[in-house]
Amino acid sequence: MKKVYARPKYLKKVHFHYCPGCGHSIVHRLVCELAEEMKIQDKLIGIPPPGCSVFTYNYIDTDFVESAHGRGAAVATGIKRACPEALVFTYQGDGDIAAIGTGETIHAANRGEKITAIFINNAVYGMTGGQMAPTTLIDMKTTTSPFGREKDIEGFPIKLSEMVALTKGAVYIERTTVNSPAGIKKTKKAIKKAFQVQMDNLGYSLVEILSPCPTNWKMREIDSWKWIDEVMVNEYPPGVIKDTTNEQKKKKPKKKGKKKK
Amino acid sequence: MAKQVLMYGNTAIGEAAIRAGCQCYFGYPITPQNELTEYMATHLGRRKGCAFVQAESEVSAINMVYGASAAGVRVMTSSSSPGISLKQEGISYLAACQLPAVIVNMSRGGPGLGSIIAAQSDYLQSTRGGGHGDYRTIVLAPASVQELADLTHEAFDLTEKYRIPVLILGDGMLGQMMEPVVFKHKAPKKPPVRKDALRGAKNRKSKIIKTFTSNPAELEEINWSLFRRYQMLESKEVRHETYMTDDANLVVCSFGISARIAKGAINAVRASGLKVGLFRPITAWPFPYEAVKKLTNNIDHFLVFEMNMGQMLEDIRFGVGERGDVSFYGRPGGVIPTPSEVARVITRHYYQKGL
Ligand SMILES: Cc1ncc(C[n+]2csc(CCOP(=O)(O)OP(=O)(O)O)c2C)c(N)n1
Ligand code: SF4
Repeated sequence: MKKVYARPKYLKKVHFHYCPGCGHSIVHRLVCELAEEMKIQDKLIGIPPPGCSVFTYNYIDTDFVESAHGRGAAVATGIKRACPEALVFTYQGDGDIAAIGTGETIHAANRGEKITAIFINNAVYGMTGGQMAPTTLIDMKTTTSPFGREKDIEGFPIKLSEMVALTKGAVYIERTTVNSPAGIKKTKKAIKKAFQVQMDNLGYSLVEILSPCPTNWKMREIDSWKWIDEVMVNEYPPGVIKDTTNEQKKKKPKKKGKKKK
Repeated sequence: MAKQVLMYGNTAIGEAAIRAGCQCYFGYPITPQNELTEYMATHLGRRKGCAFVQAESEVSAINMVYGASAAGVRVMTSSSSPGISLKQEGISYLAACQLPAVIVNMSRGGPGLGSIIAAQSDYLQSTRGGGHGDYRTIVLAPASVQELADLTHEAFDLTEKYRIPVLILGDGMLGQMMEPVVFKHKAPKKPPVRKDALRGAKNRKSKIIKTFTSNPAELEEINWSLFRRYQMLESKEVRHETYMTDDANLVVCSFGISARIAKGAINAVRASGLKVGLFRPITAWPFPYEAVKKLTNNIDHFLVFEMNMGQMLEDIRFGVGERGDVSFYGRPGGVIPTPSEVARVITRHYYQKGL
């Protein structure tokens, strides 16, 4: 019989601690599948900061260096500069990348660091119990915007990916979802391309993934998945935000081996 | 024999680091240590296999250090007081993960933005960990450009040997002064990479470097193991210098640049017959308490002189205990007293004590 699906080789044989319906576990699986398909498991170094996914290293069987909250892009820079042959990715929540780590992220992108950010946008601070994130939507209730986010008081939802896209060093940025098989497929393709951009030494790549957090959204799993399509995509439309891979490739000299400064 | 060159303290640190095999440097401009960052940009950045990054902040710079150290290379950052405050987050993580790193503080006047002139007000921050959590860093306190160079080289060995971040506690004056210096080592052709480096799970199981745990018992054990190492260091890696203490009635206790000033003052008062010596810790942590205690066998009077409001004073008091009396003279804020000013203070003190 033809095998159509198996547990990915590099997904450790333990139970996820994530809530039912959470998007983190799906993205973990995709990374594991790509590690195998792209034959990159022995090159991958992941960087999980605090957030629900701080324990990513318990699930994905590659090297990991935990970072302080928001410092992923700086830690990734250090690793990559010390070890250019590694394939370095950060795995950051929206609080991490779009609040405390905005500076690190923008500047790493602007330097064109050859690193990849996987950015899980669930519009809340998951790990700390559902506080408002910079990505929280207007009118959305969280524990620190209990009356709903008001633009005059809490400001607007931030579009981190679009901001990063303004830097010249950012080569490929796409926003995807994981609330449908089609979305999951697109997410996998996007992460694959982001890794490839890094392997080709072209510059910074980022994949933003709209990911359900049924627990802190206080919704049933199925409703949280629907909410992404019905509400969240209006603020954060999925699609390619920036892709200059072709231009970058043209700029690169044909001859290989002459990399790094 | 290696030849003598005339160099600024700041640039001597850079040269010594390169010769020690430093492969990556991450920094952010701040006076009075900019010459070091600039030296690394010029002399390290374009070396084969090496990297220099001017980070967007000190917070980023220290986290880059953390990443590079995880990847197994010799790595350094430098700053001055306000910037060192920002680095504390990363230093705490380095200490927790037991990752080697060399951090230079060419300190200046504080608190706040303070001044850009040399001060020694970061002694307590340096020697008590500095960031959150229970940890220590080795703190080396050089007093000349030659010693800056020597201790920088050694810092790279110490941090790898004991897996504890090493802080070089200098100051703006040491960094900005020019002195002859001899570099005893040649730069390695290929900078070394540590055996335990994390560079991808090639031909081995995957590895994790982390600090977070949901199990307090595990974290307690990590703290215990760190403190066992700290205890070992307190007996093995303690260094100090004494100067003219053999016949002294009074010992001036100073570290770094203030010890240099004190030495000049002691030479002056010795010329008028006052029996005064100097005690200088070279490791501000681990602190040479035993050496201080030993001095109390023959000496009753100690005068602590620092360019702050009395920080090392706590350590001297602890070392002397009830066996002698400890007085203090301090100049904070970036005021650098001359040797003759300090000589006057010593003289007054000497006669007041009836010595
Ligand atoms: C310096 C610092 N401040 C605050 C925290 C507490 N903290 C842990 S995770 C987190 C945010 C989590 O939200 P997000 O990044 O969106 O990830 P999620 O949990 O939603 O996946 C915060 C504020 C911390 N660990 N460190
Ligand atoms: S709190 Fe939200 S983000 Fe965290 S595991 Fe649960 S569903 Fe996922």
